[in-house]
Amino acid sequence: MPWTKIYSNKEEFEKAAAGSTLRGITYKEAILEATSRMLEQDKSVFVIGEGVDDAGGVFGTTKNLHLKFGKDRVMDSPLAENGITGIAIGAAISGMRPILVHMRVDFLPLTLDQIINHAAKWHYMFGGKLSVPLVVRAIIGRGWGSAAQHSQSLPSLFTNIPGLRVLMPATPYDAKGLLRAAVYDGNPVIIIEHRWLYDHMGHVPEDDYTVPIGKGIVRREGKDATVVGISYMAYEAMRAAEALSKEGIETEVIDPRTVKPLDMGLIIESVKKTGRLVIADTGWKECSVGAEIVARIMEESCGILKAPVVRVNLPETPTPASPALEKAYYPGVDHIISAVKKTIQK
Amino acid sequence: MPINIIEKIEIKYLQIVNEKGEADSSLMPPLSNDEIKKLFETMILARTFNHRALSLQREGRIGTYASIWGQEASQIGSAYALDKDDWIFPSFRESGVFVEKGYPLWMLYRYWAGDERGMQIPEGFYLFPMSVPVGTHVPHATGAAWAMRLKGHRKVAAAYFGDGGSSKGDFYEGMNFAGVFKAPVIFLCQNNQWAISVPRARQTAAKTIAQKAAACGFEGIQVDGNDIFAVYKATKDAVEKAKNGGGPTLIECFTYRLDDHTTSDDASRYRTEEEVEVWKKKEPLIRLRLFMEKKGLWTKQYEDEVSKKAQETVDKEIQKAEAFAAPDPADIVRYTYGELTPRQKRELKEFGWEK
Repeated sequence: MPWTKIYSNKEEFEKAAAGSTLRGITYKEAILEATSRMLEQDKSVFVIGEGVDDAGGVFGTTKNLHLKFGKDRVMDSPLAENGITGIAIGAAISGMRPILVHMRVDFLPLTLDQIINHAAKWHYMFGGKLSVPLVVRAIIGRGWGSAAQHSQSLPSLFTNIPGLRVLMPATPYDAKGLLRAAVYDGNPVIIIEHRWLYDHMGHVPEDDYTVPIGKGIVRREGKDATVVGISYMAYEAMRAAEALSKEGIETEVIDPRTVKPLDMGLIIESVKKTGRLVIADTGWKECSVGAEIVARIMEESCGILKAPVVRVNLPETPTPASPALEKAYYPGVDHIISAVKKTIQK
Repeated sequence: MPINIIEKIEIKYLQIVNEKGEADSSLMPPLSNDEIKKLFETMILARTFNHRALSLQREGRIGTYASIWGQEASQIGSAYALDKDDWIFPSFRESGVFVEKGYPLWMLYRYWAGDERGMQIPEGFYLFPMSVPVGTHVPHATGAAWAMRLKGHRKVAAAYFGDGGSSKGDFYEGMNFAGVFKAPVIFLCQNNQWAISVPRARQTAAKTIAQKAAACGFEGIQVDGNDIFAVYKATKDAVEKAKNGGGPTLIECFTYRLDDHTTSDDASRYRTEEEVEVWKKKEPLIRLRLFMEKKGLWTKQYEDEVSKKAQETVDKEIQKAEAFAAPDPADIVRYTYGELTPRQKRELKEFGWEK
């Protein structure tokens, strides 16, 4: 299907779309469109966050929505991350569907009490009498000196918690469909977006649709090794797969799209075929999504691996600010290529 | 350039009936004799519920319990001023609020016996479950108030919390937001002077908790929390103001926790018996009784009858609570999400919880 395809940039998309009538929009436009449609259709949806009515509109994802829907429904909030999370929870348990937006994932640690001790627990503690249809969007920064406190990828803070869902869409199609799915899921959902995805383009239908939560997707088929690429790393994995293909190595690329719940069935099926697994993640290694994937393979299908798993993660240190250090810090296509070769040599 | 005063803050203190039971008729809210008797009877019922809960805990029939003794006026006076469909966000020490709202007492006993089903609020009650974490529900009330505003409902949300809770960031963040957006919310601080063993003087250097509202741009008032009429009037006025678009109010009910923090605490280790004795003389039921006697609404016989009826009610409710069957083990995973996850389905089998 055209919308299962993944394009690294506008040029790539336009080349592929030449002569077709399918519409292409960017990742940020996809989020904006999904949000705008829901605000239009459903009075219970509202957007809240620091700077959501700013001229830039949180990197374009909420741009000008306040002009269309008013400042009561697209509300700039005081600087109080934990407080506004609590306020959004209060509104959610009172029948609203708030979309709470943080410009950086790094602000989420301030909200952990409300998310972990309250949003994740209300439905359980009170026997399903209350649900918390809260969506929290947060963005991973990278580059421009984002550095240690404005660039973290922290899904594992939430994947450990029963009651939460964690989504990491990589394409414009999934960004739109998963945001809608999250708003109507009924459970509290954390969506972690990557800043570098915002200008990526892809086919996105104009109509409303949802992408099922908990279903991953095969971005590229291959028989020699499986690479699970999470969020932005799905693109790096695709580049690696193309380069490897030129050397005669066919890599299967899987984009899990949602990391809690994880589509382990899809990953295990692929590894059964290839026997080799590389996991490329946007964050650190210990107790990461990759660690969970490996543990689940050990628990459920320990005999399917022909070689040890190789994980491509950030080095065990905070993000440096200097462009020179930053360049050395982030793993990318070359690391994935080496990782795949390592699994094949074994 | 001279230094100018650009803002002055004044904090009102409201008392309508003094410790001798004498009322200031100019401030007295328009309550009928029947309503006054209803308030008295509710206080007796709440106190009966409370004393029986303490005995049940000592007998090992319920778990840790937080007593409301001494705070009945602050709880029942405020709850009575809230309309039936106003949303209430209580803390764990608000059993009196539940009693005033007519919540099934057997469910409250189940809750304190450690059964989450006791807080699965039935239809028709506008109560949120008790918050055991301190102060974290203050922003929830603000959020609920904001939801009501967006829905166009003419309702308020009320958050109950203590003097300890007023030191939390959640308290300030919830109040600040409510001030900025004029959310229809009432912040009901039950200042009972002690947060477990931490005295009020260790919570804040401010003279009152009420004045904390000033920093958020709305009114805070301190009321005599042992005077049910003062509590009622302040809350009623705040509800009217909020429903008419006037935004939030902080009400500091100045009262006293006569019992230990909970049944797991021993307050004699950190406060003197003399201090407690002073407050025992000021407790709210004595005052209401004196006031009613002056009005010809109270006799010993009347109170005996009310107490007897309360005892009977509580006995029946305890029987009902104790006869309630234990929950199904599958409840352990049933309510984590709207539906079971694949992992949970597997675990239901693995742990043998599936029937």
